[in-house]
Amino acid sequence: MDSKYTEQIHRCFRCGWCKFTSDYRDLNCPAYKRFRFDTYSTSGRLWLIRSWLNEEIKWSERLSEILYTCTACKNCVEQCPMGFAPDIVDWIVQARADVVESGQIPARVSRFFESVYGYGNPFKLLRSERGAWADGVKRYEHSDEYLLYIGCLGSYDENAQKMSKSLVDLLNKAGVSFGILGNDEECCGNEVYTLGEEGLFQMLTEKNIRQFKELGVKNIVTLSPHAFNIMKNTYPIYGADFRVYHYTQLLNEMAEKKRLPQKKKKVKVTYHDPCFLGRYNRIYEEPRKLLKSILDLDIVEMPRNRKDAFCCGGGSGNFATDLLAGSEDSPSRVRVREAHKTGASILAVACPGCMVMLKDAIKAENLEDKLTVMDVSQLMLESSI
Amino acid sequence: MSGIYESLVKIVGEDFVSNQQEELYFYGRDPGVMPPHKPDYVVMPKNTEEVQQVVKLANKEKIPIVPKGGGLALTGLVIPLKGGIVMDMKRMDKILEVNAKNRYVVVEGGVSQGILKAFLDQNYPDLRHSVPEAPPITTIAANAVIHGQGRLSQQYGFNSDMVNGFEVVLPTGEICKIGSCSVSPYWFSKGPPMPDLSGLFLGWLGTTGIITKIGLKLYPKKRLIDVEVFVTDTEDIIPDVVYKITHTELIEDIGVWSQPKPRMFSGNFHLNIFFTGDTEEELELKRKIIYHALQEYIDSKDGGFMQVPSDLKAAFLANPQKTMSNFADLRKGGGFEYSGPIIPVELYPQFVKKVQELGTKYRVIQNASGRVIQQGHCMMFSFAFTFNRADHDELDRVRKALHEAAEFGSEKGALLWKPTLYEQKMMIDRMDPNTRNLMKKVKNLLDPNGIMNPGNWEV
Repeated sequence: MDSKYTEQIHRCFRCGWCKFTSDYRDLNCPAYKRFRFDTYSTSGRLWLIRSWLNEEIKWSERLSEILYTCTACKNCVEQCPMGFAPDIVDWIVQARADVVESGQIPARVSRFFESVYGYGNPFKLLRSERGAWADGVKRYEHSDEYLLYIGCLGSYDENAQKMSKSLVDLLNKAGVSFGILGNDEECCGNEVYTLGEEGLFQMLTEKNIRQFKELGVKNIVTLSPHAFNIMKNTYPIYGADFRVYHYTQLLNEMAEKKRLPQKKKKVKVTYHDPCFLGRYNRIYEEPRKLLKSILDLDIVEMPRNRKDAFCCGGGSGNFATDLLAGSEDSPSRVRVREAHKTGASILAVACPGCMVMLKDAIKAENLEDKLTVMDVSQLMLESSI
Repeated sequence: MSGIYESLVKIVGEDFVSNQQEELYFYGRDPGVMPPHKPDYVVMPKNTEEVQQVVKLANKEKIPIVPKGGGLALTGLVIPLKGGIVMDMKRMDKILEVNAKNRYVVVEGGVSQGILKAFLDQNYPDLRHSVPEAPPITTIAANAVIHGQGRLSQQYGFNSDMVNGFEVVLPTGEICKIGSCSVSPYWFSKGPPMPDLSGLFLGWLGTTGIITKIGLKLYPKKRLIDVEVFVTDTEDIIPDVVYKITHTELIEDIGVWSQPKPRMFSGNFHLNIFFTGDTEEELELKRKIIYHALQEYIDSKDGGFMQVPSDLKAAFLANPQKTMSNFADLRKGGGFEYSGPIIPVELYPQFVKKVQELGTKYRVIQNASGRVIQQGHCMMFSFAFTFNRADHDELDRVRKALHEAAEFGSEKGALLWKPTLYEQKMMIDRMDPNTRNLMKKVKNLLDPNGIMNPGNWEV
């Protein structure tokens, strides 16, 4: 066992600051908001992990659920007043790694791993279909400036594919030199990492880095903040030396160079910060600048935004395992109600995971004729000149 | 107890009842040093009717029931000493009414301090309630029931003095209204001019009923706030300093604190003097009056005002003070607990010396702090000790230090705030016998089957 978390985890006082936003206006831990037992909050999770390590309680299906309903959104990291705050999610990931070792993970998480291992994606969809969305999109060549990394959702999910297509069109409009990997693309491993499957993560990472190096990739731009996060912050540990950008960063650069001129669009939009872009990488303004570049767009903020944004509930593989579903308090449903209250008719996202989660929630909330989820790139493409 | 789980599921729904080891473990303990005891069930009602049905079931089956808010009293008050049902109130989280003109709010029994503060900040920026320096998940109702304190206690008394009425489910299941709301649509008085029945619930630690709604006084919120920190190395002058400062009748809050770590604070006693104003001129005038009130100590070199670094000032001005929780991690161990005697201000020097003595004797890191209540009528003092939860020897030393602190406080005539079981016993043992009998009669009358938070206030 990793000594770090086992020797530190008793430091949680269970004061509960981690449950809130900075101004306490609402509960902001997605799993606690959904289940409401203190056991599903960060402190509950940490105390139970400790009690399990101390053999005061046995491993159980419920304990497994409690551990895996954490979306790794880092609200707790943001709010915890203690010195160990930056380590909290790492402790949970390390505990999961121990659980994976012992084979006692929830069935849905197990299926997630099996699918990624066998198919290169968590949906058990064929590798040979990964690039099917990208008919006509140029494959990466050594001379290209950027590798556009799409990821599993952008490759396989119908709605996320629309994001991929609009981003490709925008990059072409801006004259960016790029290519994709198509069927040769592999899962980035961000979810596998946060779910605690260290061996599989290492395999994916090494495979990706090897492939990128063989292709001579220097710059990677990702559709997903999850891929951006893992490639930017963790791949270097495994020898990666690529520059990694989220697409909102690259588009922003293009917009500043006036390579993405926009026409007027009169509509009210609210923007949902993805956890892996926002709290993980502090990218709050680039997506907003892009939205502001669309003339006449009326941008309204949800009460919970930027570092206080409420997670859609899809992080740490939950877009596939769906352990927080089934309630009006499911985070994605709470979030679309919050978006609807702003009066916006468009809920803008910058993450395929958020796209999928929030689109489903709009259906569940019967808001289909009032609120539409659109990716920032889709909005820009629609209003581009 | 067969069928109890199924009955609870029928009342609150399957998602909000648990008899699983995870909830029984977590709800069987608090962050302090009191020994744990598991409940048999944890339930989370959504409304008064569900609370009533659970209480009726518990009363019929003679099952203990322990209402729980944030669970941060630290002294074991929500540990189910005899098992039974822990009722987590935090799903009852609605703010029901704000009457701005009459300055009160009515909230459900699980509304947290943080949610109410944020709601008032956003919607009624010139109103506020007395926010304790506890984490924001602590609840309004639980804080009142333990006679909590807050940022406005110097001006207006204990937070329980700010209660304007209740809706309460009695241990026998009746829903009862207390205060003006029992005869009027308004929640402006908890009793007067009628008999004040709120005393049947305030201070009883959940042994006489479960509060499902609470009316609370709101107070003016000035636009500006500042703090001056008076420092002295002579604890004996503190009661006089408090007397002179409170004489100004201008002070929002006075906190007195001393601690050996970090070293820059060692050997000194600090008074955080908070004051407010709607304009800079008002603030400056108050600052001048405060300085003037304490000028003699500056002249005699017994004390002076500290130049407060901006980070520290921001931490002081925050309410609740997030940095207070950091005390739990001083030993990198996730724990602290305090014994909180309520004392006449004149006893402060003796109590602060005792904290230092206990810190040395038991080799634990201590903090002594006090909040002046209502212009100096008393002080809520605390003997606080931090500990490493993983160090059993240190935990034991902290237990001993707390016990000795409580004995000292009791002998000196203090009242022990949110008392542990042994602190309750100390007070009961010293109590006038007729008072004790009266308490017993009240408890027996309200809770004939002894189901409410049993073990506490056992007279």
